[in-house]
Amino acid sequence: MIQVDHLRKWYRVHRRDPGLGAALRSLFRRRYEDVKAVEDVTFAISAGERVGFLGPNGAGKTTTLKVLSGLLHPTEGRVAVAGFTPKKRERGFLEQITLVMGQKQQLLWDLPPSETFLLNRAIYDIPRKQYDATMAELTELLDLGPLLGKPTRQLSLGERMKCELAVALLHRPKVLFLDEPTIGLDVSMQAVVRGFVRAYNERFGATVLLTSHYMEDVAALCPRVMVIDKGRLIYDGGLPELVRRVRPDKRVLLRLSRPVDRRDLEVLGSVVEHRDAEAIVQVSQEALQAAVARALSSLPLTDLTVEDPPLEEVMRDLFAQGRAA
Amino acid sequence: MTRVLRAYPQLLRTGFAAAVAYRAEFLIWMFSTNMPLVMLAIWAAAARSGPVGAYSQQAFAAYYLAALLVRLMTGAWVVWEMTMEIRQGTLALRLLRPIHPLLQWSADNLAAVPMRGVVAIPVVAILLWAARAQLAHDWFPWILLAPALLGAWLLYFLVQAIIGTFALRFESAASLFDAWLGFSNILSGYLVPLDLFPQTVRELALILPFRFQLSFPVELMLGRWSRGEGLELLLAQWAYVALFWLGARVAWRSGLRHYAAYGG
Repeated sequence: MIQVDHLRKWYRVHRRDPGLGAALRSLFRRRYEDVKAVEDVTFAISAGERVGFLGPNGAGKTTTLKVLSGLLHPTEGRVAVAGFTPKKRERGFLEQITLVMGQKQQLLWDLPPSETFLLNRAIYDIPRKQYDATMAELTELLDLGPLLGKPTRQLSLGERMKCELAVALLHRPKVLFLDEPTIGLDVSMQAVVRGFVRAYNERFGATVLLTSHYMEDVAALCPRVMVIDKGRLIYDGGLPELVRRVRPDKRVLLRLSRPVDRRDLEVLGSVVEHRDAEAIVQVSQEALQAAVARALSSLPLTDLTVEDPPLEEVMRDLFAQGRAA
Repeated sequence: MTRVLRAYPQLLRTGFAAAVAYRAEFLIWMFSTNMPLVMLAIWAAAARSGPVGAYSQQAFAAYYLAALLVRLMTGAWVVWEMTMEIRQGTLALRLLRPIHPLLQWSADNLAAVPMRGVVAIPVVAILLWAARAQLAHDWFPWILLAPALLGAWLLYFLVQAIIGTFALRFESAASLFDAWLGFSNILSGYLVPLDLFPQTVRELALILPFRFQLSFPVELMLGRWSRGEGLELLLAQWAYVALFWLGARVAWRSGLRHYAAYGG
């Protein structure tokens, strides 16, 4: 469904120092430099896949999404989405994709969302029957009923994002590019958005490429992740494999019937957290079995859980490795 | 193309809903189009002691009321919208829709015509009451007026669209349009009727496109042209429309290659 070969996207940006003198000098002589936003990226995504696209700020995620959705022309490389070349922006292509940007909205600010729905129905030439069916489905899934008639400016951020998602999917696109769709939303609204994206993917077999700074989004939605840093793809594979590769250690969460001495925990591994009758100990994969056996035999346990390190930590370590390299 | 034609009425309805939503701001903006009235006051005072060129006080009244009417009915603001949307990155959302952004903006601009009509009606009433004798007596120029007004609007819109595409490369184009507007205000007959200019300026103005934005429809209303001349000028106006339409297409395609779609 998506094929990217050796994609490069460079921007030419004007550089100048701060201050009035620099501003005046820039009037006569401008200094430009090329910023390599995306550098030799290659990947393929099959129809119906849900893929998380991760990377620190400025890594090239959004630029890649913009190239894939036809907003930017690649500097070099070949890109195909649903059999189309995105930069040509053919009607057939635009009818099959959508791009939701958490920080931009297509809803008309001073009009109720229902106006934008009608506008998109006309633009995408959606038959009345399909429009009614899709609207009924979206209204139920996202509980849009009370929101459709209120001016957009009077909706909360979460309500707006629900309407944004609905309007972006009204034409039933086969490819969803989601750029930070849950940014700024509270935890329950994030869960609503995640549930909706998953339901849409399963119902229509749509391909999803998602960027998010919330690792819960990625963990809940994406069996596969691609990690980009400084414009280069540094990982492409399953999320559990990524975690094992970057952080092969495990975290042992201990609940105790009474407080214990820190030294009793340090014999198990590296103590990450210790307060009252709770502790988290980091243990290497090889030492895990022995550490768990020792904890069971020597500590007053009420509960013991083994889990992977938090994804945020995994990503932080991954990018730190990248910077060190 | 048929899909665009099917979609266009809804684009107009949505544009009208937006114009109504901004009604207070819109009306204030409309009333700020008062330059013809200012010029009328100045020239009417100058003509008190006798005609200026071929213009009596009543002729000036007819000219500037007709100019106000043309300006009210042919307003466009796409260059400012383009510049703002390009700078803020929201153009990206328009580009994702399977309809040309210029068509979307054209509907937004055209949809405001009924609202403009509300302000234009009293102008028409005053024009008929104060300067009826100065208006064309033949029905033919009035038939030409509708396509001439549409042509004037298209010229104004397309010039803005061409200049707006500069923002795709340089992030701003509004000041360039201000420069165009400076020439346009003089050479379109907006500030001074073209036949009051010195011979050389008038000859230049007659071949440039500016006059077709305002002076030509005004002259039709005032019955300045014979049927044949009116038709010829209408064809010349639409030739400019075709040229500007081609220019807008080329400028848009070329500009889009440089579009950086800033903003997350």
